Amino acid sequence: MAKSHKPVVWFPFAAGGTVIAFFIPVIVLLTLLAALGHVPPGLGYDSLRAFAGSSLGKPIIFGVVALSLWSSAHRLRCTCYDFGLRADTLVATVLYVAALAGSLLVAVYLLGMPAA
Amino acid sequence: MPPAQPGTVSAADAAPHGGAVASPGRPGGSKERTVQLEVLRYNPDTDTEASFQRYAVVCPEEGVVLDALNEVKASVDPTLNYRWSCHMAVCGSCGMMINGEPKLACHAFLRDYAGVIRVEPLAHFPIERDLVTAPDDFMEKLKRVKPYLIPKESKPIDAGEYKQTPAQLMKFRQYSMCINCMLCYAACPEYGLTPRFIGPAALTLAHRYNQDSRDGGRKQRQEVAATHEGVWECTFVGACSEVCPAHVDPASALQQMKIASSVDWIVEHLIPGGNGS
Repeated sequence: MAKSHKPVVWFPFAAGGTVIAFFIPVIVLLTLLAALGHVPPGLGYDSLRAFAGSSLGKPIIFGVVALSLWSSAHRLRCTCYDFGLRADTLVATVLYVAALAGSLLVAVYLLGMPAA
Repeated sequence: MPPAQPGTVSAADAAPHGGAVASPGRPGGSKERTVQLEVLRYNPDTDTEASFQRYAVVCPEEGVVLDALNEVKASVDPTLNYRWSCHMAVCGSCGMMINGEPKLACHAFLRDYAGVIRVEPLAHFPIERDLVTAPDDFMEKLKRVKPYLIPKESKPIDAGEYKQTPAQLMKFRQYSMCINCMLCYAACPEYGLTPRFIGPAALTLAHRYNQDSRDGGRKQRQEVAATHEGVWECTFVGACSEVCPAHVDPASALQQMKIASSVDWIVEHLIPGGNGS
């Protein structure tokens, strides 16, 4: 029996799961605080814009978004499978293409973003 | 909880309890109750399909579902078939679905169930007769993962024992607690949907030996564990770990195996000269 090539999709999924666990709750909290008018010091628009436009910020933002998208796509694929949707190749293709397209859009946007 | 002294009535005994009656003949004056069971029956010689049968038996309140089944067999219906042996959650024989949940019948306390208790054979396995299922698929998979020590280096007996530090033991100890009761297979939706999946207990036992400092058989086990039917069929639902009566955590074993198999894959495919040892 041949060994599976699933690590190709599973490794970024596992990395994305870790990223989601650490970053997404913080981002949700900060966004909620900002929406309620309580922007923590140092996290105002200007400083975050400067971070996003910097050569350090761009790869970090790309990594967080791309890995989160990939992880969510893979999780959704597994969920579909568990719920009995057995057209796995089709489900996987649609979800992974969506994740890759989202990642590509983020990359294009970040590359075109001038430093603040 | 320590048993009450004979002849005394504890606060728990004195508390009113629906349907319970005092049994003065028993030590501690423990109570009895009428237990209603709905048991799935199937006789391959006469039945075309399985059907439920109701029983009512009087059992001690502190008893377990297995006691109720034994009472049925002893006093109501001697034709009822089920497996059991130790009555203490060690042998792993009496696994069955109790109110839809995989449980050891000897570990399912009557006090936790109200009303009619539905008892069915272990899910995802073919029924042989009544509550007896055929474990052949699990046994065959267990053999395939080589769940035994394959020594890293063989040495003569006079060279002494293979020593291990407590830390080395702790790496695999919990995974060696499996009693092969197959509750994790009955709980695993993935095994139900994809019967070729090697499954939680067999893979966890493979992991147990892979993690053993004396063992050198991981490469052989990976031939089964690292395939699509091995760890990669698992989607980390985690039900296996929830139902395990021996407190093994098969879900964690499979996740650790996925990480190790992924590292193997990178070494084999992305590192020039890597052979994925």
